Amino acid sequence: MTPNLVLVVTIGVLFTVGVYLLLERSLSRVLIGVVLLGNGANLLFLVAGGAAGRPPIVGLEPEGRMSDPLPQAMVLTAIVITLGMTAFLLAMAYRSWQLHKHDEVQDDVEDRRIARLAARDERATTDDDTEDSGPSLDEEAEEARDETDEGVLPGSASAARPTRSERPEGGAR
Amino acid sequence: MTDLTWLVPLPVVIPLSAAGLTLALYRRPRLQPIVSVTALSLVLVASLTLLVVVDDGPLVVDVGDWAAPVGIDLVADRLSALMLTISSAVTLCVLLYSLAQGRDDDEESAPISIFHPTFLVLAAGVGNAFLSGDLFNIYVGFEILLAASFVLITLGGTPDRIRAGTIYVVVALLSSVLFLVAIAAVYAATGTVNLAQLAIRLPEIDPGVRLLLQVLLLLAFAVKAAVFPLSAWLPDSYPTAPAPVTAVFAGLLTKVGVYAIIRTQTLLFPEGRLDDVLMWLALATMVIGILGAVAQDDIKRLLSFTLVSHIGYMVFGIALSSDAGWTAAIYYVAHHITVQTALFLVVGLVERVGGSTSLTRLGGLAKMTPLLAILFFVPAMNLAGIPPLSGFLGKLGLLQAGVDQGTGLAYVLVVGSVVTSLLTLYALIKAWNKAFWQTPETAPRPGRLPFGMVAPTGALIVVGLVLTFAGGPLYAYTERAAITLRERTPYIEAVLPDGLRGEGESADATGEDS
Repeated sequence: MTPNLVLVVTIGVLFTVGVYLLLERSLSRVLIGVVLLGNGANLLFLVAGGAAGRPPIVGLEPEGRMSDPLPQAMVLTAIVITLGMTAFLLAMAYRSWQLHKHDEVQDDVEDRRIARLAARDERATTDDDTEDSGPSLDEEAEEARDETDEGVLPGSASAARPTRSERPEGGAR
Repeated sequence: MTDLTWLVPLPVVIPLSAAGLTLALYRRPRLQPIVSVTALSLVLVASLTLLVVVDDGPLVVDVGDWAAPVGIDLVADRLSALMLTISSAVTLCVLLYSLAQGRDDDEESAPISIFHPTFLVLAAGVGNAFLSGDLFNIYVGFEILLAASFVLITLGGTPDRIRAGTIYVVVALLSSVLFLVAIAAVYAATGTVNLAQLAIRLPEIDPGVRLLLQVLLLLAFAVKAAVFPLSAWLPDSYPTAPAPVTAVFAGLLTKVGVYAIIRTQTLLFPEGRLDDVLMWLALATMVIGILGAVAQDDIKRLLSFTLVSHIGYMVFGIALSSDAGWTAAIYYVAHHITVQTALFLVVGLVERVGGSTSLTRLGGLAKMTPLLAILFFVPAMNLAGIPPLSGFLGKLGLLQAGVDQGTGLAYVLVVGSVVTSLLTLYALIKAWNKAFWQTPETAPRPGRLPFGMVAPTGALIVVGLVLTFAGGPLYAYTERAAITLRERTPYIEAVLPDGLRGEGESADATGEDS
């Protein structure tokens, strides 16, 4: 079986763009990424089913020249599923925009906790031997958008949240 | 013997029909619970019957009368029947718990009318994933349960649910795409997605291609099962959902991934070329997961990390590729579903009584509600594997299987699992001490313990204890299940009774093999 080169290249492009968009911070771009990835996967499935042939109707065509109907049936199912999931993701992006006036994916709670711990206790993450080399990961994580601080973490939200001035100065890795 | 194959589709059909019915009854909040409880009880009865029946041999149903290699079929063997039984018991308990919670709470936090249909669809998806006999139907089962879980995790659409939901949804969609790509690759290489036919055809193809297919499938399932490098999404998504939802997710969703790994590894790739890789992954999952748990100061997050960590035990059992390893892994899955769900339900009660799940705020619960202390203590010790509880039996089986294997790597894993077990004990004792014994900074406003919520939790803990007392027969059953998995022929012959082709209309309709 020799697959169609154009289709293979299209699949590659769809996957590349899809993965790139999936890494974005905005949920609507992630959504487009998911759609592209899903379409790439569906196309891949079609190509995997073999070369195109005559309609698979017994009696009309010789059996050897029919195309394989099974992957098409499966891709149809997959398309319906992708559609449903896209609708859900779209609704969620809209809800996120309603709540926050933006639809960015927010920080992982764990990342924020680590950033906060680092900000509170400079010594724990600073190595005396290393030189200061610009802003550290900790600082960047702390600077990152942090919309849900109120009430998400019932326990640690009450813990002393460091002010900006307490931020470690030489936070090398 | 009477023909009992009609039992096989019931765990999918009953919840799906009931979901439609409850959706139609959305204006009748009193009728909805009756329908869903009846449906899930029927599923439990059907699964228990299946558990007994399939001990004689797998049962197969050709959906729509299209025979095996072309049509979809549902297969119940010992492994799937056991998983179905445990999962239906768990879903029923969680449903009763959430009903009681809804009755007890004020109107605002009561489960809205969409809860029942969604929960039933989730149960149907889990049943479909356990029963399906071809890869694409497993994919469909996954998507059914994922769609339901998306709705459940974002129920109400509050800011933190949406925050947790985004990561969960995107990761789940990504793993679905991966799975679809894997299925496409399998179809391109072998021309079939039927598990039994794959088991026959895969050994004939190029070993390099086979390895690629194995890696693709494992990647897709490992995201679902939260195996270490692909587990980062889990501890952040689960804790924000309501207690019953988290409980059923923790109990079932990751285990569906584990089930899929067991099924594909044993049936499709019995030569076990990735066993060493799986061992390292199991070790990393166990140790890194439990270290995460030790660092937490919130019980829900702590439990989510122990969930990730204990997935490592099951992967360890699968990677051993021996009867003893698989036996212990299957037993461990059954044990872990009940225990982890029970623990999350108890934490829901703790939150209700203490007003928080943070270990820095909780305190003195043991004096206030001694019953709750017992409810927490038993499954916690069970999870840590204190003898004579079921966790101990499962871990002992794994350790024994590891020692039997005798390779250096297996010994490393044995040491790793003992260390993980001790660290689990440490993390849970810490939680126990802080939540139940320390003097609280501010006297908590004591809440009530509604009987309707305590009873299902207690029932689930009792199921966990039954796994201990019935440890002998149950272990014998999982051993038989493991032997069926190794032999493979009973499964293949049940699905494809006439050798390579099944009988039925499809046989003459398709012409030559695709």
